[in-house]
Amino acid sequence: MKRISYEAVFLLLIFLLAGLLTANLCVGSVNIPLREVLSLLKEKGENTVHRDILFVIRFPRALAAAILGGALALSGYLMQTFFHNPIAGPFILGISSGAKLFVALTMVVSLEMLRQPGAGLLIGAAFVGAMLSMVFIILMSGILDRMSMLIVSGVMIGYICSAVTDFVVAFADDADIVNLHNWSKGSFSGTDWEQVAVIAIVVLTVSAGVFLLSKPIQAYQLGENYARNLGVNIRWLRVALVVFSSLLSACVTAFAGPVSFVGIAVPQLVKYLLGTTRSMVMIPACFLGGAVFCLFCDLLARMLLAPTELSISTVTAVFGAPVVLVMMVQRRRDV
Amino acid sequence: MSEEFFFYTKGLTVGYGGVPLIKDIEIRIRRGEILTLIGPNGSGKTTILRSLIRQLKPLTGVVYLDGKNMAIQSGRELARNLSIVLTDRVRPERMTCCEVVETGRYPYTGRLGRLSAEDRRIVQEAMELVHVTELAGEDFTRISDGQRQRVMLARALSQEPELIVLDEPTSFLDIRHKLEFLSLLQELSRKRNLSVILSLHELELAERVSDKLVCIQKDRIDRLGTPEEIFVSGYIQQLYQIHTGVEKTCGGTPELPSVKGIPEVFVLAGNGRGTPVYRRLQRQGIPFVTGILWENDQDYPVARQLAVEVVAEPAFYRIRESSVARAKELMTGCREIICALKPELGGELYPELKELWEYGRQLGKT
Repeated sequence: MKRISYEAVFLLLIFLLAGLLTANLCVGSVNIPLREVLSLLKEKGENTVHRDILFVIRFPRALAAAILGGALALSGYLMQTFFHNPIAGPFILGISSGAKLFVALTMVVSLEMLRQPGAGLLIGAAFVGAMLSMVFIILMSGILDRMSMLIVSGVMIGYICSAVTDFVVAFADDADIVNLHNWSKGSFSGTDWEQVAVIAIVVLTVSAGVFLLSKPIQAYQLGENYARNLGVNIRWLRVALVVFSSLLSACVTAFAGPVSFVGIAVPQLVKYLLGTTRSMVMIPACFLGGAVFCLFCDLLARMLLAPTELSISTVTAVFGAPVVLVMMVQRRRDV
Repeated sequence: MSEEFFFYTKGLTVGYGGVPLIKDIEIRIRRGEILTLIGPNGSGKTTILRSLIRQLKPLTGVVYLDGKNMAIQSGRELARNLSIVLTDRVRPERMTCCEVVETGRYPYTGRLGRLSAEDRRIVQEAMELVHVTELAGEDFTRISDGQRQRVMLARALSQEPELIVLDEPTSFLDIRHKLEFLSLLQELSRKRNLSVILSLHELELAERVSDKLVCIQKDRIDRLGTPEEIFVSGYIQQLYQIHTGVEKTCGGTPELPSVKGIPEVFVLAGNGRGTPVYRRLQRQGIPFVTGILWENDQDYPVARQLAVEVVAEPAFYRIRESSVARAKELMTGCREIICALKPELGGELYPELKELWEYGRQLGKT
């Protein structure tokens, strides 16, 4: 088996991240040359229109895409660890949809009261929804011993939540519907700096927490019995895995709506690149990989049919779903 | 008394969901001893083992490890004293064997689990000990079951335990690896003073490797003792509730049920040459008689289990007239006489046996 050194993979990811971040700032319905972007960043530019595009629209959006992408990939990785199932992820298990439902409810209710819901409130609502879906899935996993059935039940929850969400949207006022509809398909657009700050604080804190768990997560890969024998507090670890992964995917859903396949595809790709599942390496690599993947997909979502935008999930599905399929076929061959 | 035992239980009752399965378990083991749990399928071996390693909360009673109540030890402390090899199918994704073994160092590493040079040396040593060094870089999911079992043992050893608990460790192994695996455990118990508790299905192996045996039957510990005390004639049948004629006697091997009926074949046997013939006749469903065997002959235990009648003499005794007469009588009743002693016929065979051979030839049934 070929093995690229871990450092090389990290360098590659960081290089891609920097490149895509720059591309996201430069490219769009109005192209801003790189030199101008750099000078604007140094606050020397004069073109105020470009300045606004850059600082009000593109920069926060790119940062949000990067951080939320990382959060999604990490969330997927945690769920895969928790369920010992390589195709678990926040979207496919219906966690995102549960979060979406609660965010939609919160939005509709607070817009009825003529108030724009705050970032914290949205995350809170998404977290509640995500946890409810998660608890349901965990209960199901106790009943169903087949992993494929678990995925199916997750997809079902996803459909139920989406149906209820549509129902809620149908009751909302006209103006909000457009807003909600756009969001419920998934998009990084319209993120402002305030939101970016909240996102960064929540996601980076949780991610740091996840990184500190890399040792028990590594032991957990051998199964619960061995992990317990090694001195891992299994109950505590399981709670931590569930809460952290729900928080991360809740954060994504609160701001960008449900984004598909990042949670499954990125950890798989990263695993393939690294040639290991050593959690201490996997966790940061997953985060970087998710950031790169989402920046790339958001770039395409904005560019492909410009000036119209594609929903982010459309693009992530195109790139993510084949990864999952290839991976399943390969597993088949291996086992 | 309890001081000299490294690991012991007091009034232990185990079971699931509050329902007691096995009561009054008193298991005691000294340092460097090997204790084996035997008993029929479903008798609760795994349940007991799981309770001993704190994976299952005992309903009552206490487990002591190195004089301390195991229930109140910290996970880390326990992990440094006790390691396990279970029957769980471990399928970590993309983990090399070396990485699997490294997880054994968990209780010794810091917050992030980074391995020191010392940790790596111990991992290396553990892998050398069980001869899996050449598998270090292999994907754990792509090696054979036998290799995997040894890697899991290396993993358990890298934990530097005082006590190692193994649940049916030989199940997936072929006979050579079974022997290798157990001799390795024996070596470790002798050289490193490692205490070993394991469950085994293979009685003949249990008899050879164990210092002590615990026999579990349905809801209780039926017997506890040395192999000499346990492997006495008749006990194993009782333990495993064997009525079909399958027999396991001291020093013997388990045989399939004998064929009953009027004997059709007489086997002139001895010196272990009769055994393959007996087994062939059993397979073909032909009832047979055999003789004349001394009771210390290798053929004797098998003959006693499979033949309709065995003409036998006590060990080192002369062959009596009456035995020769009985053998001749049986020969007359049979339709065929098989002489398994052909290689011996050329030499100084006992005259009585030679006489029987001649008699058979005269009958024209050989």
